Amino acid sequence: MNSLVLAVIGIAMVLTGYALYSKHLATRVYKLSPTAPTPAHEMADGVDYVPTNKYVLWGHHFTSVAGAAPIVGPAIAVIWGWLPAFLWVTIGTVFFAGMHDLGALWASVRNRGQSIGTLSGRYIGARGRNLFLVVVFLLLLMVNAAFAVVISGLLVSTPTSVIPVWGAIVVALLVGQAIYRGRLNLPAVSVIGVLALYGLILVGDRVPVVLPDSVLGLSPAAFWVLVLFLYAGVASLLPVWMLLQPRDYINGLQLFIGLGILYAAVAIASPSIVAPAVNTAVPEGTPSIVPLLFVTIACGAISGFHGMVSSGTSSKQLDRETDARFVGYFGAVGEGMLALGAIIAATAGYRTLADWEAVYSAFGQGGVAAFVEGGSTIVNTGLGIPPSLSATILATMAVLFAATTMDTGVRLQRFVVQEVADLVGRRVGKGVATLVVLVVGMGLAFGAGADGSGGMLIWPLFGTTNQLLAGLTLSIVAVILMRKRRPVLPVLVPLVFVLVMSVFAAVVQVGTFYSTGNWLLLGLDLVIIVAALWVVVEAGVAMSRARTGPVETDEDDRRVPAADTTER
Amino acid sequence: MTVGRAPGRLRAVAAGLREFYVAPYRRTFARARRDEDDLFMVVVLADALGVPNPVAAHTLELLPAVYDRFHDWHRRMGMERSPLDSMSCC
Repeated sequence: MNSLVLAVIGIAMVLTGYALYSKHLATRVYKLSPTAPTPAHEMADGVDYVPTNKYVLWGHHFTSVAGAAPIVGPAIAVIWGWLPAFLWVTIGTVFFAGMHDLGALWASVRNRGQSIGTLSGRYIGARGRNLFLVVVFLLLLMVNAAFAVVISGLLVSTPTSVIPVWGAIVVALLVGQAIYRGRLNLPAVSVIGVLALYGLILVGDRVPVVLPDSVLGLSPAAFWVLVLFLYAGVASLLPVWMLLQPRDYINGLQLFIGLGILYAAVAIASPSIVAPAVNTAVPEGTPSIVPLLFVTIACGAISGFHGMVSSGTSSKQLDRETDARFVGYFGAVGEGMLALGAIIAATAGYRTLADWEAVYSAFGQGGVAAFVEGGSTIVNTGLGIPPSLSATILATMAVLFAATTMDTGVRLQRFVVQEVADLVGRRVGKGVATLVVLVVGMGLAFGAGADGSGGMLIWPLFGTTNQLLAGLTLSIVAVILMRKRRPVLPVLVPLVFVLVMSVFAAVVQVGTFYSTGNWLLLGLDLVIIVAALWVVVEAGVAMSRARTGPVETDEDDRRVPAADTTER
Repeated sequence: MTVGRAPGRLRAVAAGLREFYVAPYRRTFARARRDEDDLFMVVVLADALGVPNPVAAHTLELLPAVYDRFHDWHRRMGMERSPLDSMSCC
């Protein structure tokens, strides 16, 4: 199969989904109205509630939701062959992710911009809110460990990326200074920043940094995990304008450049896919495709994290309600295309099937390293960039995505720790809270595997939790639709599917962790199963109440109290 | 005509980029600013709150500057009513 054909089919599928299905959702299900006042106008405050041009808002939304996860997940999941991953990403984007992201955005806009956390309180009940906190805590816990391991893996497998990855921090610091102290022109600074980053990539390509076999008694991978957590701790404590803000910004630009490079290369090189469509000879120890495929690829097919972005920030900036279709649904389309690019890179970038099988020698092998290796071959053939330089570009891109998520993840979890401490009547300072986050994160990364490889074992578990959050969001959307007596099947079918698959996957993983004696992850998995069943019960109760309850009109939405802006 | 439109479009791109840079952190900055303003409020009201203030004569002059925000401040600090007899706002 030619990868260009696959790319064209995939893009055609998601674009058709946008043209037809999102229109159906917008007019029949969510009934977006161009005249309904949006929170951005009704509650305009120049801070959270700011009416924003829909293209700019889409840019934010897309760069906030897309990151390393839609690369890592598909790159692991192609071990079952490219066809299952392709179908789950495309069908998932059209019927799951797009519907979910648009639904979360709509639900929040109709409730004065409230977040999913607050909405779960209103539509599911007081316990709903606690449940939401539990799921978010688990999600943040795992994302830090998983991404630290992804980054350290790439730094070891692509030593040429070490200089650009750490140099990017210096570039971001300088951009921050240029903007806030120098007050320089932003477009000029952006161009210089991106050029500086690519300059560093060129330097890194000449000067690979390979660590000795033992650094301070640690393996190189373990050493990088340690350094990454220390860095993330410091980064999360710095004022945001210094590092996080310019870093997010440069990475946002980099996302568009990277996607452009990848698709341009695929279009020109149009390599053949060497991996089998359905891999009948999976390596020993690979779990069954059902249900694991559906949790291994979370971002790119459906991800609960998107609901947090949709309801947390995007909904407060929506200029007109009808813009939600473009911002929410097309945001998911963008991420689906990133996931599709990852599938192609990890399956078409090898010369022979044997080469490919050598990389995907076990479940969890391959992954993002295969994306870099395969992708670099494609970029080399397509654009004529030397293979090593192409690999450096792609590895740097993947690391930067994962690193920004980690920076933010550590910061957000610090707030969660402080809030939990508040609940038990203790006041915890920034430093102590950050320390707690770092210790827990590193404990998870090292505890699940002595060399810091625990993160990859966590990956399917992370996907499961992400799906759980999506299930919670979809339950809220379903309850709202039922109260309004609107068609609910477009939400209900994906909801049931996602919840069944996450519970199923969590149960399967209990067996895996038990047989390998991984007690830490086993414990975590059991907590997730409890949370999952809790979501199922609460959602069921809320829905049966909604079906028999009084009909809710748009007028009732207007009387919702103002959004709680005390949360961070 | 295209010459006239080009700078306009460039400006629009620059404005879009600026929004792209600033918007995600607007809330963080507003909060940081508010925290700083709250600290300033405590300094200005130190004497009235029972904290000895060696420069009370000077901070007294700043009272009008913070008065407008006083109501929001004491509510944010969890006090329904003004904690000070000398300042009644609600």
